[in-house]
Amino acid sequence: MSKEIRLKRGFTIRIEGEADKSLMSSTFKIESYAIKPTDFYGMRPKLLVEEGVVVKAGTPLFFDKADERIKITSPVSGVVSAIIRGEKRVIEEIQITPDEHMQYVDFEKQEPAKLSAEQIRAKLLESGLWACIRMRPYNVIANPDDHPKMIVISAFDTAPMGTDYDFVAHGRKQHFQAGLDALAKLTDGKVHLNTHEELTHDDAFLYAKNVEINKFSGKHPAGNVGVQIHHINPLNKGEVVWFVNPQDVIIIGRLFLEGHLDATKIVALAGSELRRTGYHKIIAGACIKSLVVENLNDDATPRFISGNVLTGKKIAQDGYLGFYDDLISVIPEGDYYEFAGWAMPGFGKFSFWRSFFSWMIPSKKYVLDTNYHGGHRALIFTGQYEKVLPMDILPMQLIKACIIEDIEAMEALGIYEVDAEDFALCEYIDPSKTEIQAIIRKGMDLVKQEMS
Amino acid sequence: MLRKFLDRIKPNFQKGGKLHFLHSTFDAFETFLHVPNKVTTTGAHIRDSFDSKRAMSIVVIALIPALLFGMWNVGYQHFLSHGVTADFWQIFFYGLWKVLPIIVVSYVTGLGIEFAVAQIRGHEVNEGFLVTGMLIPLLCPPDVPLWMVATATAFAVIIGKEVFGGTGMNVWNPALIARAFLFFAYPSQMSGDNVWVSKGADAYSGATPLAQLGAGNIDITSAQDMFIGLIPGSIGETSKIAILLGAIILLWTGVASFRIMLSVVIGGLSMGWLLNLVGGENVFMHIPAYQHLLMGGFMFGAVFMATDPVTASQTGTGKWIYGFLIGVIAVLIRVFNPAYPEGMMLSILLMNTFAPLIDHYVINANKKRRLKRAKNALQQTI
Repeated sequence: MSKEIRLKRGFTIRIEGEADKSLMSSTFKIESYAIKPTDFYGMRPKLLVEEGVVVKAGTPLFFDKADERIKITSPVSGVVSAIIRGEKRVIEEIQITPDEHMQYVDFEKQEPAKLSAEQIRAKLLESGLWACIRMRPYNVIANPDDHPKMIVISAFDTAPMGTDYDFVAHGRKQHFQAGLDALAKLTDGKVHLNTHEELTHDDAFLYAKNVEINKFSGKHPAGNVGVQIHHINPLNKGEVVWFVNPQDVIIIGRLFLEGHLDATKIVALAGSELRRTGYHKIIAGACIKSLVVENLNDDATPRFISGNVLTGKKIAQDGYLGFYDDLISVIPEGDYYEFAGWAMPGFGKFSFWRSFFSWMIPSKKYVLDTNYHGGHRALIFTGQYEKVLPMDILPMQLIKACIIEDIEAMEALGIYEVDAEDFALCEYIDPSKTEIQAIIRKGMDLVKQEMS
Repeated sequence: MLRKFLDRIKPNFQKGGKLHFLHSTFDAFETFLHVPNKVTTTGAHIRDSFDSKRAMSIVVIALIPALLFGMWNVGYQHFLSHGVTADFWQIFFYGLWKVLPIIVVSYVTGLGIEFAVAQIRGHEVNEGFLVTGMLIPLLCPPDVPLWMVATATAFAVIIGKEVFGGTGMNVWNPALIARAFLFFAYPSQMSGDNVWVSKGADAYSGATPLAQLGAGNIDITSAQDMFIGLIPGSIGETSKIAILLGAIILLWTGVASFRIMLSVVIGGLSMGWLLNLVGGENVFMHIPAYQHLLMGGFMFGAVFMATDPVTASQTGTGKWIYGFLIGVIAVLIRVFNPAYPEGMMLSILLMNTFAPLIDHYVINANKKRRLKRAKNALQQTI
């Protein structure tokens, strides 16, 4: 049964700089690509290549020591130019200089509908696309031996300046459907495609087959899979749900229909520090330098973020797009002092709370920077996190259980149902400036450790 | 200019600097002057402009109508008792002269302790006392001796807050702890007919409406006077109009919980109404339920004291129960215990004590829902 779910709680951050809905001409050349093992949370990578090795798109670069079947492959063909290690020799980046002409590893064209679950699993593992399938609880790469009770795909992104998946999927219906067909074989339950009442219009989503189409309405975090799972069929202890980003569904579909790994994504370039925003057709792992360097405002002090401004990772100007990301946000740094900022009327200050007079102009968009706007304090306010977390979860109590590392309480309060990203808005509105996402992530790690 | 000066002296207070032992103090003043330049590194890259300082200053702003009216009313009651007519400014300045020293003493004592404790613990100074320091004077009678204010404030901050671990950890509302300390330690200065009017004339009875009722006098002040606040009482509690103005500010900005405010009022009304139905010898049982809201510190407590998020229930459902019981118990204490005509203070302190228990049951209900769901799911698969 497809469901209609109306979420009342949530919050829209009215940030300036949403990506213009147009594909920007690709006059730039991407000089380098990189795969960052740190994108795969909890993975212990074992390298299969060294510097100077020639790879094709689809050649394995490393695998997970915990499960050797899970490989990560190169998104492009070229030469492994550098392997960057950080502290304790942790592998941070495997950089690849691309060829003029892309060469692909052949994975054979196949109709997913005619394959068995076993064949599909094998092909995804072989091509490195298994990493696109992540699981809840814990938000890590799915275990191929699990039997998920459903697979969830969120066809809309409600995050600030979030990618418009309608724009992404438009004209890629065939690949998207093939991806869905492949995923449908991997679960005993259903594949749930979650659409949004106002944001989803494209045929690729609305007329998708072999799936349950659920309709959501509401503000961020309605687009988070954690919130969606909670309302469709909540996760209980011991159960597993898988989820895949719609871009990755298209890439999976392409793998089956074209017979090779073409990790091209439509990536949104957004943010108030840019002259022109828009969408780019680039391959996952691309260096963002050539996209942004000529495109910054005069005297910009940019922060580059792979992902959205709430959950993304900070990267350098010559950094690389994360494996799971399809959004580059560029916002101003906020390293300035503001005289008596807390005492001003605040007409130009955006806030969840109506203590600044900006509530008088309800439609204005704001340039938001990375300043904390205050110091770290004790957790005082109650009843506020609930307003931006549309789940039957007591956020304050769960956060406190994570802080005191009480695993029993965490379980009882629903740690399995959440991910750090679901708490991103709580962190945003929090007057005590507590690092809530990090606290929740630590709690999840602790529970995972305990369970394994 | 100012910024340059701060930047120049800042190294002295940082690790290794000569004045490092004063780093909390420096931080408090620096952040008071400027919102810091600290940028996000982990988690959300953007953060709301709202912070603890802003929140506390909103509460202080919400208290200002009650404070200003309180100052005026102190003067008004004084001149009224002497039968002297005075113009607006004379009245106001008399009150200002009475109230300002209490505020200064309360802030100096409390902030002094807060800074010292932050320094010892190596914390940043929490802003919570900005509110407490304003609440304490508003809860006092106008003639309270300043040394009492200082003692009570010190007691409240040390015993009521810091021993529990500081801001956010205390069980009882510190301002009410101060009030309770005064009430039990110096009852003669805190109750009776002669303390509520500043330097009242000897023959003049300055009893509050509650005290009049306690004396069996049913013929009390008009509801209108009580609503406007032209009655003797603690400095901040008399004018319900000023308090409602504060309530609007708190609710509109989202700083205080409407659940608590509303349920306290509902609790008080229902208990008052129930007692009307029962009837009896006690004159308190016959006053209309709404008048309970107008008398004493009921409204002030409902708006400013019960809503303190640290000492109230933290869960949504818990807040309804917590507030309702505050209203009920406040009226109960008033009616059945003539020794304590002001039931609100004791009622809030009592419910502060039980707030964690209420939360415990609400949290357990949430846990049970989750467990039940898991069991059902398990049964279906079997």
